[in-house]
Amino acid sequence: MSGYLESQLIILCLNVIYAYGIFLPAASGQLNLGAAGFITIGAYSSAWINASGAPMYIAIPASMLFCAAIAFTIAFPILRTRGVYMVLATFAFAEVVAGLIINLEFLGAAAGYPVESHADYLVVVPVTILVVLLCFFLMSTRLGLAMRSIHDDEAVATLFGVDVRLAKVAAFTLGAALMSLGGALYGHHYNYIETQTFNVLLSIYILLYVLLGGTQTAWGPLVGAAFFTVVPEALRQIATASGHAWIADSRFIFFGAIIVLMMVFRPEGLVTRTMVDRAATPFGGGRSGAAPAARTA
Amino acid sequence: MADNVLSIEGLHKSFGGLKVIDDVGFAVKRGSRTALIGPNGAGKTTVFNLLTGVYPVDEGTMVLDGRDITRVPAKDRVIFGMSRSFQNIRLMPHLSTVENVMLGQHARARRLGDLLYPLGLMPGNRWARAAKEALEDAGLETYPGQVVANLPYGVQKRIEVVRAMISQPKLLLLDEPAAGLNQVEAQQLLALLEKVSASGVTLLVVEHDMHFVHNLCDHVAVLNFGKKIFEGTPAQVNDDPLVREAYLGSDTSMAGQQNAAPAAGAADAP
Repeated sequence: MSGYLESQLIILCLNVIYAYGIFLPAASGQLNLGAAGFITIGAYSSAWINASGAPMYIAIPASMLFCAAIAFTIAFPILRTRGVYMVLATFAFAEVVAGLIINLEFLGAAAGYPVESHADYLVVVPVTILVVLLCFFLMSTRLGLAMRSIHDDEAVATLFGVDVRLAKVAAFTLGAALMSLGGALYGHHYNYIETQTFNVLLSIYILLYVLLGGTQTAWGPLVGAAFFTVVPEALRQIATASGHAWIADSRFIFFGAIIVLMMVFRPEGLVTRTMVDRAATPFGGGRSGAAPAARTA
Repeated sequence: MADNVLSIEGLHKSFGGLKVIDDVGFAVKRGSRTALIGPNGAGKTTVFNLLTGVYPVDEGTMVLDGRDITRVPAKDRVIFGMSRSFQNIRLMPHLSTVENVMLGQHARARRLGDLLYPLGLMPGNRWARAAKEALEDAGLETYPGQVVANLPYGVQKRIEVVRAMISQPKLLLLDEPAAGLNQVEAQQLLALLEKVSASGVTLLVVEHDMHFVHNLCDHVAVLNFGKKIFEGTPAQVNDDPLVREAYLGSDTSMAGQQNAAPAAGAADAP
């Protein structure tokens, strides 16, 4: 595999993992703009545990547990907020994490932190596939059904016996663990981390992948992350190949336009529930969407 | 006690200074079809919300099938055998018809193993089969990928009943089931509710359509300004002067006016 393709594949994998970390809470109706915070915790804790002598395959799960424990603790105050206030609360959390790290001398502070063990694509790609499979599995379970119900109507979900608090905390915590995994893999792949890499722009992009990809099915974050990783890069390639430098320079204008158009034409995301079902049953679902022929009793 | 599936005593609820429910008490006999009627703002839906735990009660007790549920959290009450439909349809718009009904099974599937069972990957699993059968029994066909938001109002109303029924309640609360339905849809709903009642489930119905109440119910409680003003059979309700004044209205006043001055009746009628 060429070095260029490999580097793009790694970026795609990391984006997909991050996206699933934000997707799990988003599927149950919570907007999390704190991705950078969890990614930072994952990257630094895994690097630090690794530096303390533990091998990578212990450091990464340990960092996930650590991040999950933090997420579980802050879930209770954060999940009391709703909508845009939850966006602000999670954003504030990420800023606190960045502020902490930059002041911790033993983690390199502002100078960044070197990471010992290296993870190449032979580690990153299989792990990513596992994450995707896990999320598809989760969304197909009754817990996934409960999460989607909470997204639609919390009060009614409660009345049918769904423990709304438990499901929300579980989604938030599990999502944080996934982002921690992504962050740890980032650190071990590039072997150097600094807090500035994990800034609010990263959090915004990841949330965009998920919202524009669609929160109704597990396909959403996969398609969203792939789309937003590949399209800007493809635009750059087109510019280089055709010799029109202005395309490369203005590709973010195109990119912005694409985002606006998607919000207009696919407000519920690229991949919706109905779309997946129709694709899954090309022949049987012929009349889907039409009114059921209610048999007159 | 044993033949009452629900008994409410001394129920009080205020929102700020407004007394919405003021010392309401009534019992619902097992297997009966009880109607809760009254003018707008009488507190009927509030009684439902207190029963299902949407609001905490200020005072009073609610006993469901011999167990005091007054302090039981909302999410656990469905396990005690109570389920409801809503005044404004509240199906999950992004779930398919079958998934909406499967949400109704949640109370019976709260163990970890059930929560992590991959319903979506096993198309023929027993939960999905049960949901489809329940829909078929109610005369509703389903298609894959059918999202409830696109279905006609009357069909959505019946799906709500099916969703509530699949939690296997002893008491089914129906909040204005016939509201907004045309004649045919109301008949279909009535047929479904007759079937539900025949299977031994007790019905407690908030309804404005007195015709529907007369067709369905065998017992009526009337609320007005948060107080119970009458309890009895549907036939008695029409003759009760208090109820006529508060709710059924005009006939009594017209009759009075006709006696005094027949010609003024029409002009004064509100």
